[in-house]
Amino acid sequence: MTEYEPVIGLEIHVQLATKTKMFCGCELVFGDPPNTHTCQVCLGMPGTLPVVNAEAIRLGLMIGAAFGGKLAERLVFHRKSYFYPDLPKGYQISQFDEPLVDGGRLGDVGLERVHVEEDAAKLTHAGASGRIGGSTSSVVDYNRGGTPLAEIVTLPEIRSAEQASSWLRLLRETLRQLGVSDVNMEEGSLRCDANISIRPVGDTGLGTKTELKNMNSFRFIEQGINAEVARQISLVRAGERVQQETLHFDPRTGSITSLRSKEGSHDYRYFPEPDMPPVAVPKELLESALASVPELPLERAERFRTELGLHEESARLLAFRRALGDYFEATLAAAGDDADKQQVANWIGNDLVRRLEALRRDDDASDDESSTDPAASKVTPQALAELVALVGAKTINRKAGEQVLDVLVAEGGSPAAIVEDKGLAAVGGADELRPVVQAALDANPDVVEKLRTGNMKPIGAIVGAVMKETKGRADGGEVTRLTREILGL
Amino acid sequence: MTDPTSLSVVEAASALRRGDLSQDELFGAYRERAAADDTNSFTWLADDLQAGLGDRDAAPGTDRPLAGVPLAVKDLFCVTGVPTASASNLLRGYLPPYTATAIARLQDAGATVLGKTNQDEFAMGSSNENSAFGPVLNPWDRTKVPGGSSGGSAAAVAAGLAPAAIGTDTGGSVRQPAALCGVVGLKPTYGSVSRYGMIAFASSLDQAGPITRNVEDAAALFRAMTGPADPNDMTSIGWTGNSPEIDLPTAERLDGVRIGVPTELLGEGIEPGVRASFDAALATAESLGATIVEVALPHARHALSAYYLLAPAEASSNLARFDGVRYGNRADIGQGGLVELYTKTRHDGFGPEVKRRIMLGTYALSSGFYDAYYRRAQQVRTKIVEDFAAVHQEVDLIATPTSPTVAWGLGERTDDPIAMYQADVTTLPQSLAGVPAISIPCGLSDGLPVGLQLSGAAFSEQAILDAAHALELAFAFDGSPARGADSGSVRDGSATASGVAELGAPDPTGKDAA
Amino acid sequence: MIDRDTVLHVATLSRLELRDDEIEPMARELSAVLGHLETIGELDLDGVEPTAHVLVERSALRADEPRPSLPREQALDQAPDASDDGFRVPSPQA
Ligand SMILES: [Mg+2]
Ligand SMILES: [Zn+2]
Repeated sequence: MTEYEPVIGLEIHVQLATKTKMFCGCELVFGDPPNTHTCQVCLGMPGTLPVVNAEAIRLGLMIGAAFGGKLAERLVFHRKSYFYPDLPKGYQISQFDEPLVDGGRLGDVGLERVHVEEDAAKLTHAGASGRIGGSTSSVVDYNRGGTPLAEIVTLPEIRSAEQASSWLRLLRETLRQLGVSDVNMEEGSLRCDANISIRPVGDTGLGTKTELKNMNSFRFIEQGINAEVARQISLVRAGERVQQETLHFDPRTGSITSLRSKEGSHDYRYFPEPDMPPVAVPKELLESALASVPELPLERAERFRTELGLHEESARLLAFRRALGDYFEATLAAAGDDADKQQVANWIGNDLVRRLEALRRDDDASDDESSTDPAASKVTPQALAELVALVGAKTINRKAGEQVLDVLVAEGGSPAAIVEDKGLAAVGGADELRPVVQAALDANPDVVEKLRTGNMKPIGAIVGAVMKETKGRADGGEVTRLTREILGL
Repeated sequence: MTDPTSLSVVEAASALRRGDLSQDELFGAYRERAAADDTNSFTWLADDLQAGLGDRDAAPGTDRPLAGVPLAVKDLFCVTGVPTASASNLLRGYLPPYTATAIARLQDAGATVLGKTNQDEFAMGSSNENSAFGPVLNPWDRTKVPGGSSGGSAAAVAAGLAPAAIGTDTGGSVRQPAALCGVVGLKPTYGSVSRYGMIAFASSLDQAGPITRNVEDAAALFRAMTGPADPNDMTSIGWTGNSPEIDLPTAERLDGVRIGVPTELLGEGIEPGVRASFDAALATAESLGATIVEVALPHARHALSAYYLLAPAEASSNLARFDGVRYGNRADIGQGGLVELYTKTRHDGFGPEVKRRIMLGTYALSSGFYDAYYRRAQQVRTKIVEDFAAVHQEVDLIATPTSPTVAWGLGERTDDPIAMYQADVTTLPQSLAGVPAISIPCGLSDGLPVGLQLSGAAFSEQAILDAAHALELAFAFDGSPARGADSGSVRDGSATASGVAELGAPDPTGKDAA
Repeated sequence: MIDRDTVLHVATLSRLELRDDEIEPMARELSAVLGHLETIGELDLDGVEPTAHVLVERSALRADEPRPSLPREQALDQAPDASDDGFRVPSPQA
């Protein structure tokens, strides 16, 4: 039987983080009462005209610069025509043959283009009370209408649902770190459509594609793509053909339905927006966009790996969560050049993050990532650097270090003071520990017998006894060393 | 004391400044004339001076050179709280929440809105017969059309119902009705006057302009309408002429002025009487010192085709917003759904010419036809722009008759769209090129006014106004027959008056629009 | 040239209802007008750039500064069918 592979391209609409709409001065505020942020322009009232928001263009250029795409020198907008109540003018002002950004790449996926456009309004069903004369009605809220969008279109280079969702995570984090969007899928500030086709493995052509609309979580994206790929494969195996159409995935039932409009065929009649002459991209705007692009996750991970010698996994973790990466670098700065960078990464990436997440769960607060931002916790980078140094110098053992971290997370303060206060200092120097080890050996002659034969397995009993005696403040390695020394092994 | 309605804009403004005349007196005199109008020029009249000023102050001052001057404003200009329908049933009763920049600038200069004037629906037409408020009658002969689409504006000025009016010109809609009504009409350079608040017909062509009794008034109003670029309109670049501001014209001679006459626009279709007036006008220009030369605009004869593809294409898109959702009138759709909401609202709301142009424009933009129609028309536009640029290397101004004919009979061309479209053949090339042009009355043919069109390079309004002023003095055209409703030219007043009533003409003084 | 089906298709795209007795006249008029406009088909326009706008490139972008929106009552005030907080339309799903 012929094997098929999926060919997937993504189209992502991102709401840009401007203060005002794309073509008018209405303020953008999520969640306000319907139709409280509208004006004659975004309601498409007769005689009104669009005026482009410079900040939307700057943010679009930042996206293009981050992806290494070719940035347009002039802005040319087109009208895309269709009738729907969420579109107040009967057309969307978008870009067509001259997008703001041409080409580019992020990670393992190439980009076709990035263009800017205006968002549609929101249509909500009025519910039972909204029934007029027996037919149901909907209510339009134009608050969202006219929000600036960047539409990011990938090349059809994605080969699996899993690749699609992990790339999308990378995209989301990259956009978040760029600061161009809130990238909140639940609130709709990042929305993803997928163009999906299949082809026999080994073929290089493209099959007929379908467009799967508006999947609002990473999980649904994976499920939706997998369901659509399976549907296409079974169609083709049954000798049928894939129809080019727009589809909707229902995550509750796992089913795919056609959105084909009953209002007739689509013909968007793109033509140059006659209310806007071509606009030269102002030089200052371009320079400001280029200067605003920070180090992005992939670059940072690479630097952490090659320059600081972190393991791949630590490097990605710290680079892909900007707050962690920033905290990590602040801790390194406090720790000085001799610090064990991988150890610092471990303490932040594992111990600290786990504690902050537990704290958030206890609070039952939002799942907003800023609540696990270590910079917002009671643990200062200086304190963490000090803690890592204490453990490194064996002043305290790792276990005691974890106890210190518990206190730091709960109350803040200085690790040295906590060690002092709680008496956590390692029973360190050989002078202090030797009599305790000696006592343990004396109390366990059978163990000593075995050790003398070279069988080191039972050493645990000695370590355990010493730990018990020192209330866990001894260093296990040091106990072993002293045992060998005393027994002359 | 003289009748205040006999004064021009500039004369009235100075009489008001001197205190020889009060603002209320002037407003009242025009209000009374306009209320008694039998040409169906108005769709709404302001009750008093303040109603037309909004919240502005009309006290005379150096920054308010038009203080107290009442203006007739084409219905498609949005004015806060004032019925604005662009003469469409779909918008009848619509009250905008804002005022068009061009009108706001006139108000800032102290002018007040006397009333809104009738027009072709959404500015689509050359005879003012495509109006939901019924046709406008030509004050020179009430059996004739006034031209369009700013027909009400031109007729109101010709009939002395307002000292001046503001119209819009997409393919000739200020110049052609001015010509047919024997008044002055200026279409400015595209981009010199803000389009914000003008209900759009064809965005890349629409431009607001004054319709006045004389050239000096046209300059005074244009000066107030233009100025710095409007931040609400990306196609507005404001006044960028050689001088910081337009001066009132005083020229009496045309020495050194080179005037080109494009043979392509003087072929068949120009009525002999119009041609005779035009030739006489050229002779006058020569006698004032101008040099007349033949010039070539080889693509001008294709302007009509390009225009009637481009303008409907833009219009089909501009009029997509009229859907009965946010404003305007929704058809009764019973149990119907979204599709019926759109199709019935637009069926009932738009008149036949508007529908025809929406269909034509949609077709020209639709998949498979874009390249053959829309894109090709844009390429022709490029050639026309180049033609004008080349000609202005040689000459300062281009002269043509404004309209190939004088005013024709009401109903004469309504069944023949092509004959109607031909009326714009001499004004369309300038529109496509975006250059300024004026029409001034230069004589009569069969007792009806003939217009002379003078156009120039972009932002050459001052030169156009100066030349027009010198010619106006020499022509000494008598616009007075147009004044009295009792003039002998009212041949069939009773018949047309009842015709208007049948077509649902509003009572502009009443609250019809509410 | 423009047949009945084309007229109906374009009317659908334009969201214009045409009654039965309006279709044929529309087809006839559009055909006549287009026939007249077809003279531009004769021109040799190879390589000629289209002109969408006579204005030259310029910068007229807007600073990202909020301006007051309309009060909701005023936004809804001209709507043929408004609810308390929005513009009512027949449901697309109906
Ligand atoms: Mg899009
Ligand atoms: Zn707005």
